[in-house]
Amino acid sequence: MGWVSESMESIRSLQIRQVLTQVVSLGMIVTSALIIWKGLMCVTGSESPVVVVLSGSMEPGFKRGDILFLHMSKDPIRAGEIVVFNVDGREIPIVHRVIKSGKAVAHGEFHFFFSVTVVADQGKRAIFPQVTAEGDNNFGDDRLLYAHGQLWLQQHHIMGRAVGFLPYVGWVTIIMTEKPIIKYILIGALGLLVITSKE
Amino acid sequence: MHSFVYRLNTLVTFSVLLLGVLCAGASILDSFNSHSVRAHVEVLKVNRFRRQLNGNDEVALTLNISVDLQSAFTWNTKQVFVFVAVEYETPKNALNQISLWDHIIPDKEHAKFETQVTNKYLLIDQASFLRIPFCIKNLIIWNMKEHGSNLRGKKIELVLHWHVMPKTGRMIQDKIGVSSFQIPEAYT
Repeated sequence: MGWVSESMESIRSLQIRQVLTQVVSLGMIVTSALIIWKGLMCVTGSESPVVVVLSGSMEPGFKRGDILFLHMSKDPIRAGEIVVFNVDGREIPIVHRVIKSGKAVAHGEFHFFFSVTVVADQGKRAIFPQVTAEGDNNFGDDRLLYAHGQLWLQQHHIMGRAVGFLPYVGWVTIIMTEKPIIKYILIGALGLLVITSKE
Repeated sequence: MHSFVYRLNTLVTFSVLLLGVLCAGASILDSFNSHSVRAHVEVLKVNRFRRQLNGNDEVALTLNISVDLQSAFTWNTKQVFVFVAVEYETPKNALNQISLWDHIIPDKEHAKFETQVTNKYLLIDQASFLRIPFCIKNLIIWNMKEHGSNLRGKKIELVLHWHVMPKTGRMIQDKIGVSSFQIPEAYT
């Protein structure tokens, strides 16, 4: 209890100059996070350079809660690459491996397209609700998952190809999204810490 | 004196930083590892070669695969994903790639093996490859359909790809061409 009253005391004894310093330092933290995120977007060329794996469809390679770093370039997607893509009519992007690819020459333009699929033998189905997703861990290819009439993925569906990997870190965001109360407690505690901290 | 919270903050910050540096280090060390992969893949038998109802050619093969991927493993390797792909050219597509067989190697002990497999994914030359709609001045134009019957007598290249999935850090991929094979002229 002594700790709480001490904190209250320090809030009461705040000077206007101190408050300003705190506000500025808080702003610095927020803006530097934003700068890092936007900088990553510039460097990688992907609109979301870091994604968290939400499903177990790529196990044992990628587990739920792992983080993938994406890179987006003009190079065509080739078989074997792990891509993160959006399907028309689905909000959550999907991480899967490409099994077929082709490069079509049409009217002087290149179109890249490919199909994504499966990888391992230990098949386990149903990762996304209502649709059958195919990752390293499932059977068959991903066509069931695509929008009606869509046979191949094309360049514009792609958010990026996975180039880097970091385990477990994504659990922070998963927990915060699924248990918002923890997020509020964390933000509250950090805010209190910033306000009460004496440099 | 520094408060408890202040000390805790410093400790946590330092540990996270140290962990980050170690992860980066592990990943950087990986790139010094040179892969000397030996592999031999050959087509033993064409089990089935037919035209599907929709006009696509479909091939089922038996492959003999012998691989030594031990050199791809380092202490930062979680698993190696290995697959055999065929590559071929068609009049409309500069490069078609189709994966025939794939396998996850969990550790170095299992990285050297020889196996006979039928292709896990059928080799299907897909007509729908080219049915890409694209817009010119608000008109949707469907490309001319390329019939997927390009495989008769076609020379295909078999390529072994491997992707090193690390415990942390950068993913590494590489490939070697292993053999080529001529698909028969006649359907079976």
